[in-house]
Amino acid sequence: MTGRVITITSGKGGVGKTTATANLGVALAQLGHKVVTIDADVGLRNLDLVMGLENRIVYDLVDVIEGRCKLRQAMIRDKRLEGLYLLPAAQTRDKTAVSPSDMVLICDELRSESDYILIDSPAGIERGFRNAIAPADEVIILTNPEVSSVRDSDRIIGLLEADEKAAPSLIVNRIKPEMVEKGEMLAIGDVLDVLMIKLIGIVPEDEQVLISTNRGLPAALANGSQAGQAFRNIARRIGGEEVPFLSLERERGLRGWLKRAVGSR
Amino acid sequence: MERDTISIKGIRDGLMVTLGDGELAPLVDKLAGRLAEQGRFFQGGQVALMVGERLMGRTELEGIGAMLARNGMALWVVLSENEETQEAARGLQIGTRLPGSGSELAGGTTMPEEGTELLAAGRMTSDEEQPGVLVRGALRSGRRVESTGHVVVIGDVNPGAEIFAGGDVIVWGKLRGLVHAGAHGDQTAVVCALELVPTQLRIAEFISVPPGGPRDKEPVPEMASARDGQIVAESWSPGYRGQR
Repeated sequence: MTGRVITITSGKGGVGKTTATANLGVALAQLGHKVVTIDADVGLRNLDLVMGLENRIVYDLVDVIEGRCKLRQAMIRDKRLEGLYLLPAAQTRDKTAVSPSDMVLICDELRSESDYILIDSPAGIERGFRNAIAPADEVIILTNPEVSSVRDSDRIIGLLEADEKAAPSLIVNRIKPEMVEKGEMLAIGDVLDVLMIKLIGIVPEDEQVLISTNRGLPAALANGSQAGQAFRNIARRIGGEEVPFLSLERERGLRGWLKRAVGSR
Repeated sequence: MERDTISIKGIRDGLMVTLGDGELAPLVDKLAGRLAEQGRFFQGGQVALMVGERLMGRTELEGIGAMLARNGMALWVVLSENEETQEAARGLQIGTRLPGSGSELAGGTTMPEEGTELLAAGRMTSDEEQPGVLVRGALRSGRRVESTGHVVVIGDVNPGAEIFAGGDVIVWGKLRGLVHAGAHGDQTAVVCALELVPTQLRIAEFISVPPGGPRDKEPVPEMASARDGQIVAESWSPGYRGQR
């Protein structure tokens, strides 16, 4: 196996990186892949909470790096889904406990035994971000349809270009079709106009995500969630499948599409 | 000038580097460090080196020239009050005064041939002499491009990106970031873009903030220039012949 290392990052905090990582991990594992998610947010770990694996942490990323345990020992296996693992961050340390080359070494070891390695990047453009992108074969930029998030994403894309990484792809998270229609929120087209990278997913705002996040049950695990469905679609696109999604021309009809999708109202 | 100091500032046609008093080697090291740090912004630039009364031989000047060349810059003029230093510079085909008037050094002697030629060339036109920067691809948020000459971007300039040019700025794309043309005071500098919607536009000492709100028109190429103390943007007309 030669696993693909995919880093999910955004520049700005609070746009949904951790939730997206958890959901994409779940969705890829549902497709039968072996997936390892890595929380690179050392000192502010959250991915374990969102995935509902907090109480099973014994060792973490920093323990592996500092040689207190083997990589395998630190990987937590998700009991709900076969093939899904979490490598948690340390909570009592900070970003300087990890170096970009540590991340490369860990991912190289994981590559041989998994299909996907998903790295949840911390916010910012400093050490934590550098650690998260160092081993990445691919980068997914997560952005919200608002100017500050788009601005920060643009900065991140510039930094990736300077690093000569392959062009990243884009997920627009937490879009509210009604607000776009009224011109109160940036439309997908506006976001793409600035960022100029390939779109691989549009995730609508969904209360289910908040509820499921608090319960440690990623939305992609449950069926009735629009966001969960969006993440499942993205997982299939990552795997190379052509999955139709709301094309930009049909954006005005996004609300109608959603109504049809949930079959209500 | 204090001891052991260097200063770097932009002038119309290049960079002015002033060497303070003190040992030469540490000053040159310090200059090399500064250039290596900020080197990308200066690349392709020409340097006027102001050395005061310091005596510098051919070897020393060559050494500095080589160091500048490693940083992508050329030693253009050596400004000195010391005749032997001037002689050494001339021996290396390096000018000893800046083109244009008002740049003669106090106490400087009358220039022989090379200096005069340089002066004449400088007067004829500065445009061909100015170093420029060409950027291919979008300038994204956080990128900053500086040049003492003109800047041309083939691609968009996104909000959060910044361009500082001594001369003109041309954007073959959407200009949505911050641009300062004529940054060293040239009021004749212009800014052209296929779509001119900058966050802020500066020409020489003038600043303009374009009106916000959605634009109803189809975007057209525009050129902005300073006129009567303010910045005016006009849609590009094919008849324009470059008069200022």
